[in-house]
Amino acid sequence: MALDRRNFLKLLGAGAASLPLTGHAGDAPPRPGRRVVVIGGGFGGTIAAKYVRMLDPAIEVVLIERNRQHVSCPFSNQVIAGIRQMSDLTIGYDKLAANYGIRILCDEVTAIDPAAREVVTHSGKIGYDRLIISPGIDFRFDEIEGYDPASTPEILPHAWKAGAQTLLLKKQVESMADGGTVIISMPLTPFRCPPGPYERACMIAMYLKKNKPRSKLILLDANPDIVSAGPLFTRAWDTYYKDIIEYLPAKRVTRVDARTKTLFVEGVEGIQGDVVNFVPPQRAGAIAVSSGLVGADRNWCPVKVSTFESTIHNNIHVIGDAAVAGAMPKAGYSANAQAKVCAMNVVALMNGRETMDFAGINVCYSAITEEEDISVAAVYKVAQGNIVAVHDSGGMSPIDFSAARLEHVYAESWLKNILTEMST
Amino acid sequence: MAKKWYGTILAVGALALAASVQAAPPSAAMLANACGGCHGARGVSAGPSMPSLAGQPKAYFIVAMKRFRSGERPSTVMGRLAKGYTDADIEAMAAFFARQKPVPQNGPVDARLVEKGAAIYYKQCKYCHLDNGRLWRQIHQGQDYDKQCRNCHADYGPDTGDETPMIAGQWPKYLKIQMDAFKDGTRKMSKKKAKAMNALSPEDREAVANFYASQTAEVR
Ligand SMILES: Cc1cc2nc3c(=O)[nH]c(=O)nc-3n(C[C@H](O)[C@H](O)[C@H](O)COP(=O)(O)OP(=O)(O)OC[C@H]3O[C@@H](n4cnc5c(N)ncnc54)[C@H](O)[C@@H]3O)c2cc1C
Repeated sequence: MALDRRNFLKLLGAGAASLPLTGHAGDAPPRPGRRVVVIGGGFGGTIAAKYVRMLDPAIEVVLIERNRQHVSCPFSNQVIAGIRQMSDLTIGYDKLAANYGIRILCDEVTAIDPAAREVVTHSGKIGYDRLIISPGIDFRFDEIEGYDPASTPEILPHAWKAGAQTLLLKKQVESMADGGTVIISMPLTPFRCPPGPYERACMIAMYLKKNKPRSKLILLDANPDIVSAGPLFTRAWDTYYKDIIEYLPAKRVTRVDARTKTLFVEGVEGIQGDVVNFVPPQRAGAIAVSSGLVGADRNWCPVKVSTFESTIHNNIHVIGDAAVAGAMPKAGYSANAQAKVCAMNVVALMNGRETMDFAGINVCYSAITEEEDISVAAVYKVAQGNIVAVHDSGGMSPIDFSAARLEHVYAESWLKNILTEMST
Repeated sequence: MAKKWYGTILAVGALALAASVQAAPPSAAMLANACGGCHGARGVSAGPSMPSLAGQPKAYFIVAMKRFRSGERPSTVMGRLAKGYTDADIEAMAAFFARQKPVPQNGPVDARLVEKGAAIYYKQCKYCHLDNGRLWRQIHQGQDYDKQCRNCHADYGPDTGDETPMIAGQWPKYLKIQMDAFKDGTRKMSKKKAKAMNALSPEDREAVANFYASQTAEVR
């Protein structure tokens, strides 16, 4: 039942028929029987698809993404604060498809059959020689008492996937009366974007300080302490948002009541807010879980260290948030770096060449005010069979915020560059 | 929960050890690709404050990275990242970026400032930033230490490496940030450069930045 090339073109249907077969003028058309399928057109998937085509135009690449556009989570906290537009964060796939001859299929993958080397979508099956998946995260709703996956996020938005959820949280914060309380609740690590919750606290507090100065923000953190750039965030809160932000560590929420907007810490202590940004515990994107790609923890995908090939199923590579990538944080930059290395090694494997050890970077900027950013950064390499931060490399911005204005300027260019790399 | 997670990392690490034994070390392309998140694919930057690296002379890249690493050149993130690379890594990345085709920035520039900047350039910048900042790449490939070279390498001689970057077509915002850093002393410069730079007002610096940026960009 796997689709051959002809049937696959049929499957692509009218919407995709206008896509060129190959983007590079003068490219040899990809040879049939050499196909890489990529699931997920976010920070990892777009780059993996692009680099496979760049490195070996004789490989056919099909990128399957359920949405027509991708909305970047990075910098979406600024949208909530009203200092950035969604359009800055939204990318399409047309240029990427045209420039690199990638076939984009707007569809959802519902199953993977590792034995048959096929993926199943709503519109049919597609065979692959190698599969790269970068599906991001989904939530472990079932661990939260009282949480209904359909209705609860409409009342208690997580806004941990950007798009409608981001705008919903923004709207709630904007319609809250002065003197109200915003609650942000974060699960235990690992979750996507370790500095994300603390940046969000800054951004919402910044909005409140300007527009609703009598309001409060409570950050309920399940973790015993701030997970990333602690000294910098503590200082930012003390300096700018002292009377607004209250940080409460080791407060793990296990039950919610959406009707009364109440969160229950370890099932006992109830805390009520006017706006409740409840972020549930996370795991790899659902398709990774249902395809049996998650490890003993049942949440994340174990992979070989440099090829990112699943240690569970051969010929399937997992990158980005879904993968266990040693010391690398679950970040968009990490996904970008992993995608490039994965693509190089997938192309090497498909051409019978030697694979290479991982080398990559991660930089995460966090906005603390309208004009200041801080960052965490590191260089990663392989040591003792795992991805580790190179000794003495990386670290945080200076604690006195002496670089924060300049970092704000560079952060803007980071966003521009990484989204351009994904979409052109 | 947290404990379980830690256990997983260890288990994967052990598995991975076996797999990585036959792998080759990272290539120059792999090292350099990682820079793309901030500097753009192949070092062609789409971000106004982020310099393009594509086509930069190898020697400039090496000097810049080593100075970022030692802290001699001030930075926000670059110093922290440069510490993660060996001399050999830096040389490999330098060679990679030097081979990439430079692509000029595509933002608009201010025609009035370009004209003003051009006048300043011809008066005092052109002796080092040769050929409107394009740097006469043939000369550097030829490696002849002649009269031309002495213009820029007077303080050091050719063997210590060419520190002069290619700045034609670079983003004006980036150039302005760097010139401001030279001017306020956070970024060190040679006596020769100081003489030229110290004469420039903030508006002059803006003008010179626009002039270099215009060198292949559309003038508006
Ligand atoms: C508030 C916030 C701020 C952040 N800020 C930063 C930052 O400043 N810097 C940074 O580096 N990172 C940041 N991140 C983290 C970053 O968003 C993620 O690490 C990154 O998106 C991970 O990339 P990915 O490819 O794994 O997943 P994603 O980018 O989420 O891409 C996954 C894609 O797969 C698609 N998909 C999933 N399953 C299927 C399926 N079955 N069929 C078809 N398509 C599917 C999804 O629709 C999605 O488009 C932030 C995150 C948040 C929440």
